[in-house]
Amino acid sequence: MPTPDYRLSQLETLEAESVHVIREVAAELERPVLLFSGGKDSIVMLELARKAFAPARIPFPVMHVDTGLNFPDVLEFRDKRVAELGVQLIVASVPDAIAAGTVKEEPNGSRNRIQTPVLLDAVEEHGFTALFGGARRDEDKARAKERVFSFRDEFGQWDPKNQRPEIWDLYNGRIHLGESIRVFPLSNWTELDIWQYILREQIAIPALYLAQEREVVERQAMLYAVNEFIAPRDGEQVRRETVRYRTVGDANLTAAVLSEATTVEQVIAEIAVTRMTERGATRGDDKVSDAAMEDRKKEGYF
Amino acid sequence: MTPEKPVDVHSPAEQAHDLVLARKDILRIATAGSVDDGKSTLIGRLLYDSKAIFEDQYEAVERASKGDYVDLALLTDGLRAEREQGITIDVAYRYFSTPRRTFVLADTPGHVQYTRNMVTGASTADLAIVLVDARRGMLEQSRRHAFLASLLRVPHLVVAVNKMDLVDWSEEVYERIRDEFTAFAAKLNVPDLTVVPISALNGDNVVTRSANSPWYDGPSLLHHIEHVHVASDRNLVDARFPVQYVIRPQMLGPENAALHDYRGYAGTVASGVLRSGDEVQVLPSGLTTTIAGIDGPRGPVDEAFAPMAVTVRLADDLDVSRGDLICRPANAPHAVQDLDALVCWMADEPLRPRQRIAVKHTTRTVRGVVKELAYRLDVNTLHRDPSAPELGLNDIGRVKLRTTQPLFVDDYARNRVTGRFILIDEATNATVGAGMLTAAG
Repeated sequence: MPTPDYRLSQLETLEAESVHVIREVAAELERPVLLFSGGKDSIVMLELARKAFAPARIPFPVMHVDTGLNFPDVLEFRDKRVAELGVQLIVASVPDAIAAGTVKEEPNGSRNRIQTPVLLDAVEEHGFTALFGGARRDEDKARAKERVFSFRDEFGQWDPKNQRPEIWDLYNGRIHLGESIRVFPLSNWTELDIWQYILREQIAIPALYLAQEREVVERQAMLYAVNEFIAPRDGEQVRRETVRYRTVGDANLTAAVLSEATTVEQVIAEIAVTRMTERGATRGDDKVSDAAMEDRKKEGYF
Repeated sequence: MTPEKPVDVHSPAEQAHDLVLARKDILRIATAGSVDDGKSTLIGRLLYDSKAIFEDQYEAVERASKGDYVDLALLTDGLRAEREQGITIDVAYRYFSTPRRTFVLADTPGHVQYTRNMVTGASTADLAIVLVDARRGMLEQSRRHAFLASLLRVPHLVVAVNKMDLVDWSEEVYERIRDEFTAFAAKLNVPDLTVVPISALNGDNVVTRSANSPWYDGPSLLHHIEHVHVASDRNLVDARFPVQYVIRPQMLGPENAALHDYRGYAGTVASGVLRSGDEVQVLPSGLTTTIAGIDGPRGPVDEAFAPMAVTVRLADDLDVSRGDLICRPANAPHAVQDLDALVCWMADEPLRPRQRIAVKHTTRTVRGVVKELAYRLDVNTLHRDPSAPELGLNDIGRVKLRTTQPLFVDDYARNRVTGRFILIDEATNATVGAGMLTAAG
C-alpha cells in the first residue's frame, strides 16, 4: 500500500519500472517475444508481463531456446506456467539444429555459443522485432553497460561502442526491417531483489532452487549433482550433500551450492551473506575468460 | 598496499533479517569526473565497503592490478576495449545497498563523449557526485559537470574533494574549493549542495568520518547519500497520466463475462496523485469524466502517484488511446506545437535549422521541424552564442521546434517528466538529442 509520504519501496519502484518497459515494447514494437526458460529471472519477468496487461492476457508469445540439456524439473515448470497463463510457447531446439546440420556441437560440450544461431534463426522465422530477456546488469561487467532497449543489427550483434543514448525513460524502439531490439526489463534488479520479489509475491519456482540432498561430484572446486548429463568421471568420488541451485543453466555445466535453505526466506538469508557472484559460483561456462560474456554478446547472445 | 579491511556496515545476521523484512527506497546517483580525479577508485571503495563486491570479482581485480596495490578502479572498467585503451567508453550501472537504502549508480566517463554520457547518467538521478582533485582545485571540467547536473535538474549535488591525503588534509585547501564551488553553484539551479573532503584511496570520510579531518563537521559521503531527503523532490501537485497502452481483454466465454466490458488505460503516473472518484480531463479531446477505479500490480488501489505503473478505468466510455493524457480539468498542461527547449545534441551530423526530426514526448511521438537555433551555450563559461549556425556533437543550445501535432507539456523546471523529450533521426532511427522545455508555450 502507498506510504503516507508517497514513496515506493525498492521492489515497488523496480516493479513499476519493469512494467513500464514491458508495456512500452508492446505499444511500440510489432512482434515481441519473451524469452522464458523456467529460470528464476525469466519467471519474475513473465510475472511482471502478466501484471502489465492484467486482466487481459499477455499479448505476445514466449520462446525457449532449448539446448536439450535441461533439468527435467525446470522443463516441467516451464510447461505448467505457460499453460496457466494461456500464452503460446515457441521452442527453438538446439538438438534439432544439430540434427539438421545448421550448428555443430562444440568439443567442450557447452551449447552456450551454438544456441545463438538457433535463437537468431527462430527470430527470423517468426519475424520477431523485440526480444525480452531476463538479464540483469549486476550479473556481469559487460551487462553493466547494456541499455534497457538494446539495439541489434540484422545479425543480432551488440555493438558496445555504438549504443543508442538512453535518456530518462524515453525508450527508442525504432528499427529497420531485419533489425531488432533486445529488451531487458530487469536491468536494474539485483539477485537479491529477484529473491525478495519471489518471496513478496509468493511466486512459484522450480524445486531445485531449494536445498535437498543430492549425489554430487566435485570438479574444479564446484559441486555438480549427478544427473543424466553428469556422470562421475574416473577418480571422482560421489558423495551426498545438501545443495541448491543458485542459477539454472544447462544441466551439464551448472553447479550447485552447499545450502541448508529449504524456504525462500532461507535462500535470501544465505544470499545476503554470500561472498561469491552467482555466475562465479555456479557456471563452468563463464570461467573461460574475463570477457567471455562480452564476446558472446557481440555474436548475438543475450 | 591492499585496501584496509572493509568496514562492517552491518553484521551478516542483521543484513539477512533486514533484507527479508525491510522496506527501503532507491536513490539514483550519477557520478562525474575523470579517471584522474579518482572516480573509479571512489566507486570501487563504495562498492567494496558496502560489500557489493564479491570475492571472485575482487580476485579478478587483484589478478589484473598492476603494481603492488589492488586497483579498485578496475572494478568499474567493464569492456575489453576499455581495459585495452585505459578509458571508460560508456555509462555503467552499479548496485549497492545499506540497511537504509539501495543505490543505483550511473557511472559516467569524464573524457569521451562526456556530455552525452553525463546527460544519460544524470537524466534519472536524484543526486550527482562531482569529483574534484584537491591538488588541482575546481577545473573547467568540474564546472561543466556541475552545470550539466543543474541543467538536468538533479535535485542534490555533492562535490567530493578527493585526494585530501595529498594536500596533508589542509583545511584551507578544502575551504577554498568549497567556497569557490558554492559561489559557482549560486549561479546555477542547484537547490542542495554538499561538499565532502575525502580520500577515496584510503577510505577517509567515505563510509565513516575520518580522524584526519577534525575540522570537518559534516557527514561522511555514504552517510549523506543514505540520509539525504528526497521525498519533497517530486511534483505531487500536477496530476499527469500519459496513456501508454489500452487494455481490453479479448477473452471470450462465460467464465470471463466480467471482463467483456473492461477497458483500462495503462500507464505510468508522471506526477501528482490520481484518486478513484477524481474528476479528470482527457487530452487532446478535452472531454471530462471521473476515475471509476485504479488497478495496481496487486489489484485495485485508492490512489496512484509517480512513478507507479497502473491501469486507470474511466466512468464514461470515451475514445482514449496511446499518447493521450489524463489530468485534472482545473490543472492541465499546455497543449503546444511550438516547443522552446534546451537541447543536448548527441549525433555526429549537426542539428541545423529547417531539419526534420521525430520528437518523442511521454508516450506521444510526433514529427517536427527545427525552426530556429536561438543560441549555442558554452558549457564551460555559460556564454551564449547567438551566431552559432548549428549544434555539433555534445553541444547544448536553445532550440525552437514546430511539431505536426500538439504535445501536452509543462516547464521542465516544474515537471521533469512532461517537460522532457528525445529527438530521433527518422532516417537512421538513432536517438540524436535530449530536450528540456524552458518555458511552456
